Formats: sequence, C-alpha cells, structure tokens
Amino acid sequence: MFNEFAPEWEGFVPGRWSNTSVNVRDFIQKNITPYDGDASFLTGPTEATKKLWAQVMDLSAQERAAGGVLDMDTKIISTITSHGPGYLNKDLEKIVGLQTDKPFKRSLQPFGGIRMAQNACREYGYEVDPKVVEIFTKYRKTHNQGVFDAYTPEMRLARKSAILTGLPDAYGRGRIIGDYRRIALYGIDLLIEDKEHQKATHFVRMTSDNIRLREELSEQIRALGELKELGRIYGFDISRPAKNAQEAVQWLYFGYLAAVKEQNGAAMSLGRTSTFLDIFIQRDLERGILTESEAQELIDHFIMKLRMVKFARTPEYNALFSGDPTWVTESIGGVSVDGQHMVTKNSFRYLNTLNNLGTAPEPNLTVLWSKKLPINFKRFCAEMSIKTSSIQYENDDLMRVTHGDDYAIACCVSSMVVGKEMQFFGARANLAKCLLYAINGGVDEVMKVQVGPKYRPVVGDYLDYDDVMDKYDQMMEWLAGLYVNTLNIIHYMHDKYCYEKVQMALHDRDVKRYFATGIAGLSVVADSLSAIKYAKVKCIRDENGIVVDYEVEGDFPKYGNDDDRVDQIAVSIVKTFMDKIRKHHTYRDSIPTMSILTITSNVVYGKKTGNTPDGRKHGVPLAPGANPMHGRDTHGAVASLTSVSKLPFRHAQDGISNTFSIIPDALGKNTKIFSGDLDLDALRQEAEDETE
Amino acid sequence: MLGNIHSTESFGTVDGPGIRFVIFFQGCPMRCLYCHNPDTWNSAPNQQIPAEELLAQYRRNAAFYRNGGITATGGEPMMQLPFLTELFTLAHTEKIHTCLDTSGICFDPANPARYDALLAVTDLVMLDIKHIDDAAHRRLTGHSNVNILAFAQYISEKGIPVWIRHVIVPGWTDDAEEQFRLGEFIGGLRTLKGLDVLPYHDFGKQKYAALGMEYPLADTPPVTVEEAAEARKQIMRGIRHRLKSEAT
Repeated sequence: MFNEFAPEWEGFVPGRWSNTSVNVRDFIQKNITPYDGDASFLTGPTEATKKLWAQVMDLSAQERAAGGVLDMDTKIISTITSHGPGYLNKDLEKIVGLQTDKPFKRSLQPFGGIRMAQNACREYGYEVDPKVVEIFTKYRKTHNQGVFDAYTPEMRLARKSAILTGLPDAYGRGRIIGDYRRIALYGIDLLIEDKEHQKATHFVRMTSDNIRLREELSEQIRALGELKELGRIYGFDISRPAKNAQEAVQWLYFGYLAAVKEQNGAAMSLGRTSTFLDIFIQRDLERGILTESEAQELIDHFIMKLRMVKFARTPEYNALFSGDPTWVTESIGGVSVDGQHMVTKNSFRYLNTLNNLGTAPEPNLTVLWSKKLPINFKRFCAEMSIKTSSIQYENDDLMRVTHGDDYAIACCVSSMVVGKEMQFFGARANLAKCLLYAINGGVDEVMKVQVGPKYRPVVGDYLDYDDVMDKYDQMMEWLAGLYVNTLNIIHYMHDKYCYEKVQMALHDRDVKRYFATGIAGLSVVADSLSAIKYAKVKCIRDENGIVVDYEVEGDFPKYGNDDDRVDQIAVSIVKTFMDKIRKHHTYRDSIPTMSILTITSNVVYGKKTGNTPDGRKHGVPLAPGANPMHGRDTHGAVASLTSVSKLPFRHAQDGISNTFSIIPDALGKNTKIFSGDLDLDALRQEAEDETE
Repeated sequence: MLGNIHSTESFGTVDGPGIRFVIFFQGCPMRCLYCHNPDTWNSAPNQQIPAEELLAQYRRNAAFYRNGGITATGGEPMMQLPFLTELFTLAHTEKIHTCLDTSGICFDPANPARYDALLAVTDLVMLDIKHIDDAAHRRLTGHSNVNILAFAQYISEKGIPVWIRHVIVPGWTDDAEEQFRLGEFIGGLRTLKGLDVLPYHDFGKQKYAALGMEYPLADTPPVTVEEAAEARKQIMRGIRHRLKSEAT
C-alpha cells in the first residue's frame, strides 16, 4: 500500500508496518527498546510543568467552589472542529488542545439525547440554547429517542425496576478505543488513503449491512478530514507522520481529543500508548535532540491534558458511577507473544506522572502484569502503589492468550485488540434481583408489581434448594433473552444516531465486535444459594404473599473463603448465565461476552434490591464486581482472592474485577525496627574488632 | 490426629519470612496483660481439623507461598505438641518452610528430648520473650520465665534459627536497663537471626469488650514507632555488650 519510506520514519527499522499495511503492532515489535533498569533515571517536574499544574489545581478549586462545574457550553454543539484553539498557557504547554475554547468548560453533546444534555446543564444552573433544543427535538433525532421508539413495555418495566440497570440508552456507550497511535505513525493522509482503499474494495452487492458499512466508511473518512482540520486550528500539519517525540505525543493526543469532542462515552479509554511513544522518545534521545527531563515534560503535559477531560453529565449518571469518571484507561507493560517483556523507560515515565503531578484517579494507569515483567519495574509499581494507591493491575498472562500483545483495557477490565476489536457496552443484569424474582414468580419485591413472567412462585415456609434452583434457572432464561434484545436495540440506535466516527476511523474495516453483557450481585447469589443449601432459610411474606424477607437458621459456607461448596455455586452461575446469553441473536454478529465488574454502581444496585436469602438487607450495597460480600471473607486475602480466581475467564471474557484494599503495613514490615534481619556474625566480628 | 484450631489466615505477612499460611492454635496457658488474642486462651474444643486438611489448604494456594511457608501460632501451638509435630513433619516431607511462633512456656527443661522430634522439622522459631526479669514476667503473664529462657538456650544449642520478639509496653517493658539485660541474654543465643521490637497497640480492646472481659491495660497509651526504635537500640546495646565480653 505504501509507495515509499516516509522521511519522518528515518531511523526506524522497516517492516510490514512500513511497506504493507497499517500495522502499529509490527512497528512496536520491530523498534521497541525494552528496559530492565530501575527508576533512578526519572526526573522531576520542570518549572513549566509546575506552573501549569498549579493553574489546573487552581481551576479545580474554582470548579469545586462553583458547585462542581466551572463553565458550560450551551450553544455550540461539540464536533471535532467546533471550537477555536484553547490553552492553559500557550507559551508553556508542550502538548496542546482542549475540548472547548477554555479549560474546564464542558462541551455540549446532544446526539446521545437532548434531554440528558438539558438536565446536565440545568443541574448546574445553565440552560441549553432553545434553538439547539428545537433542532434536536424537531429535526434531528437522538440515540435516546431512537431507543425508546423501539423498546417494548417489558423492557421499559425491567429498566424501571432495575433488574436491567445502567443501560447506555441515555448516555454514550463508550468503551471503544481508537488506535490513536496510527495518527502519529502514519499521518492523516495515509490513513485516508487506506480508508478509501477499504471502501473501494468492499462488497458491491447492496444489502443493508453493506450499505451501512459503506456509509460508515464515508463518515470515517470525513472524520479524518476534520481531525486534520483540528490540527490546523492549533497550528499543526498532521497530514504527515510525526517527525519527533513532541509531534508523536501531540498527533496521538489530537486523535484522542477528537474522540472526546465527539463522544461523551461512559468510558473513553486511551489504549496502549506508552511503549509506542517510547520509540519516538528513544530516537530523539539517541539523536541528542531531547533530554530526559524534556521527555518527562512531554509525558507530564500529555497526562495533564488527560486529567482535564470533562463531560457534562446528569446527577443520575454521577450517582450510578459514584462521581464523574471518564475512564481514560492507559495500559502499560505486558509481555509480547514471543516472551519478551514490553516495559520501556516510558512505562516508568507514565507512572512517574503520579510523582510529578500528584496522585489522581485519571488517567486510569493500568499495568498489564505478568510474571515475566522485569523485577525493577515490579518494584517501582509496588512502590508507586504504596505511595499513591493509583495503579490498577490486570493479568496479562491470562489475557495475552486471547488477545495477543497489542490489546488494551477499556474502562476498567474490558480487553480488546487496539484498532481491531471493539465492544458494545451493555451494562449489567442484576442476578440477585433475578433470584428474588424466581422466588416471587416474577413479582418485583420493591415495586410490588409483576415485572418478570408470571411463573409459579415458591410456596411453603422454607426454601428448598432444588426447587429454588429450578425456578432460578427459568428466570435467568427469561432475563438473558430480555437483556440481549434490549441491548440489540440500544446498539442499533447508537450506531444509527450517535456513531463514533473518528474512533472507528482509527480501526480496521472488518472489526471484531464483542457484545459485552455483565452481571451484578454474584456474591449475594452465591451466598444466598449456599444459605438455602447448607442452612435453613425461612420466608417472611407480606400481606399479599410476596416474600419480602428471610430468616437464616444456622451457618453456611460463604463465598470468599476458598470453600468449594459455595465457590462452585458462583462458578456455575457464571457459566449458566453466559450460556443463556449465548443462545440469542446479537446485533452485528457480535460475539457475546460477560463481565463481573460493578466497581461503583454496586451501591445504587443495592438500593434497588430487596432483602436477600443470605441475610443481606434491602439497601445494603452489593459487593463490587466479583468481590465477596463485605466482611464475609474471614480467612485472609489469599483465600478471598482464590475464590475469585476460580471464576472462569472464558465465561466472563469481558473481565472479572476484584476491589482490594490493604494498609501498606499489612503487606509487611516497612520500617527497620520491625524487620527480622540481624546478622549476628557481623556483630560478633564487630565486637571482636573493637576488642582487639 | 486432630488439631484444635482457632482459625487460619491465608495471607500472613508479619509472622515469618515471605507470605505465609498462618495457623492459629486454640488454647494458651499464658495470660499476658496486653494479649490481643484473648479469644485463643480457652482450650475447649473449637475447630477440630486434621493436619492433612490444613496442608491441603496450603497446597491449593502454594503459588502464593513460594518465598514463605507455614507458621504455627496461637494461642500456644506447643500445647498441642503431638499434633504440631505431625503437622510440621508432613510439611517438611513436602519441603514447606515451617515457622513456630511460641512463647516457649510449655518447655520442660527436665525432659528436653520430648521436643526433639518437633525441633527436627522446625526451620525457624519466633520466640516471644515478654520480660527478662522473672518477677516482672510473673506479674505480666502469670508465669515464670525460667522455662522460656531455658527453651531459648535449648533451640540455640540445637542450631535452630531464632527470631526474638519483644513488645514494648508503657510501664511494663519500657525500662532501658531491662532492655539492655534482655539484649545481654539474647546476645548469647548462637542462632539468633532476627529481633522484632513491636510497639504495644490497643487493637485488642474491642475483642475484650466483645468477650465481655475487662481490658487490663485500659489506660495504657499505644507506643510510637520512634519509642520502639529507641528500645531496640537499647536491646542492641545489650547484645553488643554480651558479644564483646565473649570476645575478650
């Protein structure tokens, strides 16, 4: 495809990436400089970094004082090129670009739903321009409106009762990672050329699928043109490849910036950029045109920009996610398929931003952990974790088998090959509530109305394990079908009315799509079923015969203690529900997956889930993700982690999360007085020396 | 054989080297005023678990314990000598590192050979010396320290590595002179490999309340890290003094 070796590539080892096709992985594998050393080469913040960061901190303080939002755009609809340039301090910033024309000013993104945009503004005392409202009510349909046009009454009810919950039908689905590295490596012109080629060589028989793809490719090409324009607005020509490290970081960031200007997604993750950028930095260091301090400054300024990403969101959204997360996840480290680790100096530099700029939840720095990572990097990770509690860890040895060595994490656990795979984010089904529906014949225990199918409820005073399991299986069958079909509508409409054109322009044409479902309440279900099986659970009914509470008589094994009697119940529930999901047609031939990962929304789910047979009371939060219920894992961390690790990844391929907090002191003695080491021989020698 | 076990901890990081599987034995003859596990005193049957089952739990998660092993603590593990010996013997056949966290109170100097089978399969002893002065030791724990100090000598002669633990309690073990004397004693242990000086904390208070017991050190303030560091210096002085006197 490429006719010549671009002059900007001088010094790079050529390969398929330079003479065959767009192939960032090949570029990395051919040009990586793995680093086994320690952190001693790192540098602190420059004066410019300190000044800029002080400015950001000041803006943050102003934002808090203003009630959570400093400024909102109410007139200009955010697109890639909607705003003129914006700066913190043009003279000091090494990496530039803001979502709007001013820092901390939130953009207006009505394509997901105009009412959401209005609510988000109103919450902070702003009003969307009536003209914009008129356009998005009368003339331009939104994703949200499309979804509700197609929802069945049953879907609306399941949504209201929150057995299906957090659905991306009123906000952007996110979870798509554009391969922003492509811009730095190839420049926009080559990428457009590639997309034109993809379009020209695509099927010519005009089925609805092919028509949709042709339309999408045209949208993507247009988005790439706009992206080039975004560069020009800031005074850069990104039509060509980046010729040095600063340009590489800047080009890459423009891609990400375009994505967040276009989409207010639930998770807008960055990908796997640190080692890619290291290659450009390493070349500049070797050429003597960049110092270590300047390299760190580039990364600090880049990370600073990522920390400033903000969206206009509704109070309901913030409640669901316990705050205002953007999930700018960056995946660091990992090992290549031939066994060479992929840690570079830039992996250290990314983590070092936690020193230079202080700790922060965003970007979500995620280390792809492997036994084969170099010991010095492991030590640095541990040190930074103890210091900042800001690093997420994921099991590279597990995911590499499925995704190879150029995947990244979207949001918190969703793995996908960068630029080749994407996912349809599907929130989650509340399996704890589903169990209560099984007991009550589809009647919601909180709303006291029929939501699920009118199956026979449990009769009698005590729950019988086989009877409950039989009913639960049927209720999960119903829930899986309803869930998948609801998501089919959502993703059809999202593609139609709120298509992620710039992110998809940074993907291959024939993308592998995952249909990501999720479950909440796993540990409550496992413990409840364990209580029914190993103790006695008595039903307490209200005046209408609905079971509203439970009395547990006796003790029972609890998930989180490495006890197979209950752990295997959890394993079986995961597999059973996933198999039920697999039975259904999924939109765009996507591959169904499942996650167990409610990191924050478990609090809201708990409020909407009545008393459960494990003794948990209505309103008590469900455990996050695959965690054991709070306080029930009584045999220490290893036993707790072992229970979680029994859950089968192949039936929960979208990820399994476990939230783990520990005080550093509990990880070992951290000061010399507690350490066991005492060298008596040396002391004896010392004594003898003194005596002589 | 069945062990009378209080509980297990799968992620022990402060009871010996590495990450360890920690077994808390039920029952202890000592009544230390600052004990933070009074729920392990009573010798009445709690969980009756065979040694093989404990090892099975260990093996399932052996990957975590590569640089660690098993620690027997309590309670007082040596109260259940036959069971403890069986547990450590089985562990040793699988090359699992064994650590005995003990007060040494059960040791009988008149019949030291009783312990040889256990000591033959013990890789490390963590010996908690509560007080070097016998009278003070009696007040603090309800027992004399004579057998404890004899145990320390015995394991040293047997060549078993030992870590000494000592808790600094205000008004009880914070006297610099006593600390120096403790140092002088342990400086004579040939297999001394470590010294843990622990600052007293009152985390046990809630347990006493839950058990309906009065907390004996109600008004005693917790010790700071700096104070514990100072105490360790005194003990080290004692150790050096002893070594010096032996060198001359």
